[in-house]
Amino acid sequence: MEQDVLLQATDLTKYFPVTKGLVLQKIIGWVQAVDHINFTIRRGQTLALVGESGCGKTTTAKLILRLERPTTGQITLETADVHNLEGEELKQYHTDVSAVFQDPWSSLSPRMRVRDIISEALVVNQKVTTKEAYDRVDYLLESVGLRAQQATLYPHEFSGGQRQRLAVASALVGNPKLICLDEPVSALDVSIQAQIMNLLKDLQDQFNVGYLLVAHNLATVRYLAHEVAVMYLGEIVEQAETDELYDNTLHPYTKALFSAALTANPDSQREEIILRGEVPSPINPPSGCRFHVRCPYAMDICSQEIPERKELAPGHFVSCHLY
Amino acid sequence: MTSQADNYQAENYYEPEKNIGEVVLDVRDLRTYLYTRWGITKAVDGLNFQVRAGETLGIVGESGCGKSMTALTLLRLAPKPAARIVSGEIFLDGENILERPENEMRFVRGQKISMILQDPMTSLNPVFTIGNQMVEALGMYYQEEQQRGLRDRAVDILRRMGVAAPERRVMDFPHQMSGGMKQRVVGAMAIAGTPRVLICDEPTTALDVTIQAQYLRLLKQVQAESGVSIIFITHDMGVVAKMCDRALVMYAGRVVEQGDIRTLFKNPSHPYTKALMASVPSMEEKHVDKLYSIEGQPPALFDLPVGCRFANRCEFVTDKCIETYPPSFANEQGHSADCWLLEGQSEWRQVTEAGV
Ligand SMILES: Nc1ncnc2c1ncn2[C@@H]1O[C@H](COP(=O)(O)OP(=O)(O)OP(=O)(O)O)[C@@H](O)[C@H]1O
Ligand SMILES: Nc1ncnc2c1ncn2[C@@H]1O[C@H](COP(=O)(O)OP(=O)(O)O)[C@@H](O)[C@H]1O
Ligand code: SF4
Ligand code: SF4
Ligand SMILES: [Mg+2]
Ligand SMILES: [Mg+2]
Repeated sequence: MEQDVLLQATDLTKYFPVTKGLVLQKIIGWVQAVDHINFTIRRGQTLALVGESGCGKTTTAKLILRLERPTTGQITLETADVHNLEGEELKQYHTDVSAVFQDPWSSLSPRMRVRDIISEALVVNQKVTTKEAYDRVDYLLESVGLRAQQATLYPHEFSGGQRQRLAVASALVGNPKLICLDEPVSALDVSIQAQIMNLLKDLQDQFNVGYLLVAHNLATVRYLAHEVAVMYLGEIVEQAETDELYDNTLHPYTKALFSAALTANPDSQREEIILRGEVPSPINPPSGCRFHVRCPYAMDICSQEIPERKELAPGHFVSCHLY
Repeated sequence: MTSQADNYQAENYYEPEKNIGEVVLDVRDLRTYLYTRWGITKAVDGLNFQVRAGETLGIVGESGCGKSMTALTLLRLAPKPAARIVSGEIFLDGENILERPENEMRFVRGQKISMILQDPMTSLNPVFTIGNQMVEALGMYYQEEQQRGLRDRAVDILRRMGVAAPERRVMDFPHQMSGGMKQRVVGAMAIAGTPRVLICDEPTTALDVTIQAQYLRLLKQVQAESGVSIIFITHDMGVVAKMCDRALVMYAGRVVEQGDIRTLFKNPSHPYTKALMASVPSMEEKHVDKLYSIEGQPPALFDLPVGCRFANRCEFVTDKCIETYPPSFANEQGHSADCWLLEGQSEWRQVTEAGV
């Protein structure tokens, strides 16, 4: 099913300076948090970013949300160049793109009533009356499985799972085209996780909203994502449609990552590849293929040349010298 | 930086053979209540279970159901003054440790029973080097004349926990180490006294999957070498499936079902366990349209219903369930569950009274 492109990232890069000295800050290096990555998110679909902590997933989400500016490269939403928006267009962008983070507290101010928290973005970015905004809040609370009467409560009067629902309701308030979900369920109990995942799926069908999903749980990703990009030290090393990737992992890092993920099945006979060592620092990442210091298949060329990105099956991209 | 040779070593790994022995830990009718301003929170409310030598027992259940409080009670570290152990016995190697005077507990902790926590920073002191902290921990277990070699011993234990270049690592401060490395140091300190039982309370939730895999493998190796019994507390059903021989399913302060892992995953008997298993997504399954999810929440532990604690969320609930807490039923295979549905079924035998 071909769907039209909602968001496109081209050659996207973010380096953070590493400085030394308190007064005369000298730049002594760069954290290569996101390094020349390319991806698209289709309308009404979910792209997941997976990889170990520090590989650049959150930075990518922040670049989309304009919480960080790219070092180089470009993000376009529909046709607009995201980092060059101003005035009304920028306000519109902030209603079109929203976010849900791991810790629902971080996005919910404790001293405001839930309905004021949720309607804040609407009131700030769009000309609506308080009455209209509150009606929308009531509608959204019902959509996420809460009751409209709960609109006048404070966040601490909700459970963790309910607060995550509130965060989802807040993210939906401006009828967004895209929501960045950074670990939306990992802090929750198994049973609540299932509730929120079902909710996210239903809302996507209902509102045709696109998701950028950052998650480390590969089962969550399989359930929610249409497409998956695997990141390692700031780069996308493999990318494909979800079922294609899960059935046919090609990159040695992806293989190791997937084999280390545990399934809730005591009879699972999956082969286990355990990598030695930890992820190297993104400050001076290894030369050539960044995975070569941990890769069981590394060859001489791997430390010398950066592997090219190749399309090995339709829509299945891999960067590795083995292919 | 690791060499290529290091990477290949990972290939020569054999799953250590399990050697399960006698009962080491025997917990009977254990109750720990917390006296708070809301009332009495019955965090641990009548637990019965056993752990054998070399066995790994999982404890699973929703947040707040009493898993950590169970662990703390086993170490007699439940928070005072709020927490009180109001009944029960904890037999460790045949001795009821609840009868030991408080000042002797520090010898029991560490040498008989010990714990690894989720957040290594809470167990490591940021102002001392790893070496100093380990020597201090080890000092508790050795006579004075043996103490001279403690630094070597510390290096040795770190090596056993898979820490590379341990001679240099002992000079590091905690902040100089990665999360995975700190977790190994905490693990090393927990096994330093060669305990009989090691409690791991969510030790891998802060770790990445590849680091988690290394750590879990290490725990298995340590267990195979030392025969230590492990109690593994986690939310992660994948970790339970991988690590445990048996598990307890806790719900609102009670063990509602216990048994061997295969039966719990493949053929659970209690409706809560069934619902819990059904709501875990699988990375092996294509396109599931909708995940099963348990609606509602567990009851507050300071305001428990008289009947079955799962009744408000259970699809099989009857009047009897609401009126009376079900007895435990057990079968021949050592599997047991608290649920009225099992009453009168030929393979299940009632083992406790109803309504308590
Ligand atoms: N210091 C305390 N004072 C009062 N109540 C407490 C205290 N610590 C825990 N509780 C309560 O005791 C009950 C059991 O808590 P416990 O920490 O054992 O849960 P848990 O099963 O480990 O949950 P989680 O999966 O979230 O770690 C909860 O209702 C909790 O609110
Ligand atoms: N504001 C910042 N300043 C400096 N370094 C940063 C900043 N934000 C992130 N980083 C670094 O960039 C890398 C990628 O981080 P992040 O995107 O948060 O990873 P992930 O979300 O995949 O865990 C990490 O090495 C992180 O330490
Ligand atoms: S390019 Fe070489 S080092 Fe990198 S993943 Fe492929 S085989 Fe391994
Ligand atoms: S006792 Fe009744 S309410 Fe409780 S789990 Fe069994 S069937 Fe459900
Ligand atoms: Mg992140
Ligand atoms: Mg706990």
